[in-house]
Amino acid sequence: MNTMTEIPPAKTALAEPQAPPVRSKGALDHVIYVLRDNPVTLLAFAMFAVLMAAAVLGPSLVPYDPLATNASEALQPPSAAHWFGTDNLGRDVFSRAVVATRLDLLISVAAVALSFVIGSALGAAAGYWGGWLDIALSRVLDTIMAFPLFVLAMGIVAALGNTIENIVYATAIINVPFYARLVRAEVNIRREAGFALAAKLAGNTDLRVLALHIFPNALPPMMVQVSLNLGWAILNAAGLSFIGLGVRPPTAEWGIMVAEGANFIVSGEWWLAIFPGLCLMFAVFTFNLLGDGLRDMVDPRRRT
Amino acid sequence: MNRRLRAVLSRLAQALPVILGVVLVSFLLTRALPGDPAAYFAGDAADAASIEETRVKLGLDRSMPEQFGLYVLQLAQGDLGQSLTTGQPVVEELARRLPASLELTLVALLVSCGIAVPLGVLAATRPGSWIDHACRLLVTAGVSLPTFFTGVALIYVFYYLTGWAPSPLGRLDFIYLEPPSVTGFFLIDAALAGDAETWFAALRQLILPAATLALFTLAPIARMTRAAMLSALSSDYIRTARAAGLTSRKILFGYAFRNALLPVVTTLGMVFSFTLGANVLVEKVFAWPGIGSYAVEALVASDYAAVQGFVLCMALLFVALNLVIDLAYSMIDPRIGFDSK
Repeated sequence: MNTMTEIPPAKTALAEPQAPPVRSKGALDHVIYVLRDNPVTLLAFAMFAVLMAAAVLGPSLVPYDPLATNASEALQPPSAAHWFGTDNLGRDVFSRAVVATRLDLLISVAAVALSFVIGSALGAAAGYWGGWLDIALSRVLDTIMAFPLFVLAMGIVAALGNTIENIVYATAIINVPFYARLVRAEVNIRREAGFALAAKLAGNTDLRVLALHIFPNALPPMMVQVSLNLGWAILNAAGLSFIGLGVRPPTAEWGIMVAEGANFIVSGEWWLAIFPGLCLMFAVFTFNLLGDGLRDMVDPRRRT
Repeated sequence: MNRRLRAVLSRLAQALPVILGVVLVSFLLTRALPGDPAAYFAGDAADAASIEETRVKLGLDRSMPEQFGLYVLQLAQGDLGQSLTTGQPVVEELARRLPASLELTLVALLVSCGIAVPLGVLAATRPGSWIDHACRLLVTAGVSLPTFFTGVALIYVFYYLTGWAPSPLGRLDFIYLEPPSVTGFFLIDAALAGDAETWFAALRQLILPAATLALFTLAPIARMTRAAMLSALSSDYIRTARAAGLTSRKILFGYAFRNALLPVVTTLGMVFSFTLGANVLVEKVFAWPGIGSYAVEALVASDYAAVQGFVLCMALLFVALNLVIDLAYSMIDPRIGFDSK
């Protein structure tokens, strides 16, 4: 894919910046160099591994059934038997918090994947062909961005109905503009680039040039966006559950657990809300660190 | 002055399609809400015929485009319909609750700007130092904090453990009377009335929710300030200014900071949008009687006029804010004209 960039660009086109070659030894060296320079990114990868382990293995590892109630053990503070204590129905908070990882990650990954696909398709088409398509898309995106995004997500979930799928759709819709704008800009500056024109001259169709020659160049910045968005998506989904939209009790989900625990915080039972909240924070923190680290790797100029 | 006026008008015209889109989206969203408003308005004892009658009266039997036209007409007269649950006109309720939300949001933004901007500047002047790393860590941690969780944690520490904060229920403890309403902002109203006791009481209620929101908005502002300051400090004009022997204070604030301000203001607009969304969560945690908690109640009850009014109100607020920011650009940086656009 990137080999096409070696054809000298036409005079009018923007010179292609030296994209980091993806599968060579040099790239690996670069990654190691960046990681050594920034141990925080290494930490982020380790945290990500923990999160994945909890999502994949969690439900089979936890000591208690996350839904099993036990009235005789209600509202126990953290102890050796119940690491994170028990909630008002005697359910083990640790088991619930670990099991919730899978659901929260699934929601955010599904939402981000959906907005990635839709945003890429719309943005690439608008950036490549331009014209009325571009104008119409920009107007629609402007309209979406004119809403405070969480408020729009609230409205969408309320309108479509109170289910997990609809949380995914709502989160996907509010994230589409970010991807569409990014891809549109990346595709637009390469539309007339030498390698694209050459590929077209060689007999490739527009669609093929767009999908196989131009679009892959947008992938590195997209990956950064994906990582950052995963964090937002988790926050968004948990926030919706917190106000009573989307995931329903008694399902174990971090947002609901914080919401249920909030009622007990004023009487001092802190473990109900604090531990799920910390899990939520941990997940979002991981994705944000990861996004920053990836950004350092793919685009050293934008290091912040 | 005349040219400035024309520029403002053309910027206003650009906002029109977006506003139209916003109205359309809020209309479509709420028509899709579950539940039949006609049945609701007709009351519990209504039979099919009287429900049908109410439906005709409300105009809900017409086609979608007709209903939309009707809705826009009502909107033009400032009528957002009536809330199903309280029976009050939505406009009045929103107007009564909006100052509470705005007071919270603005105080939070002021606090977070007061901390984040100096922090960002400090981090940018000493890149690679411990303060820079601390800034990065704080920024990433801050953006990862779910606002509702921060709120709950703050309540636990400052209300339950230390008892410094008053009980997290609303804008004013029930032993105080609301100050006479002038602006609807309790801090301003109490100050106008010269009532120091109420002013402090309102402030005490405000501190925790405002701190929750501020923690959340700290991150993007500090990060953008740092990035903008870094790029400004490495530019040619700063090198020239240094070579010319200007004091470092003059270079930092007179030249670098002023140039770095533009992206910071842009970020501020984005942050404001986040804050409006986060407001909903914070208001629920602190039982704050703003438009966010109003919307949550309305959503749970499928109260379509109230939800519609809220969504519309938020979006219009945001469009207006972007307008103000665009106008502020030309004041901060005279090079930015509207003509070039």
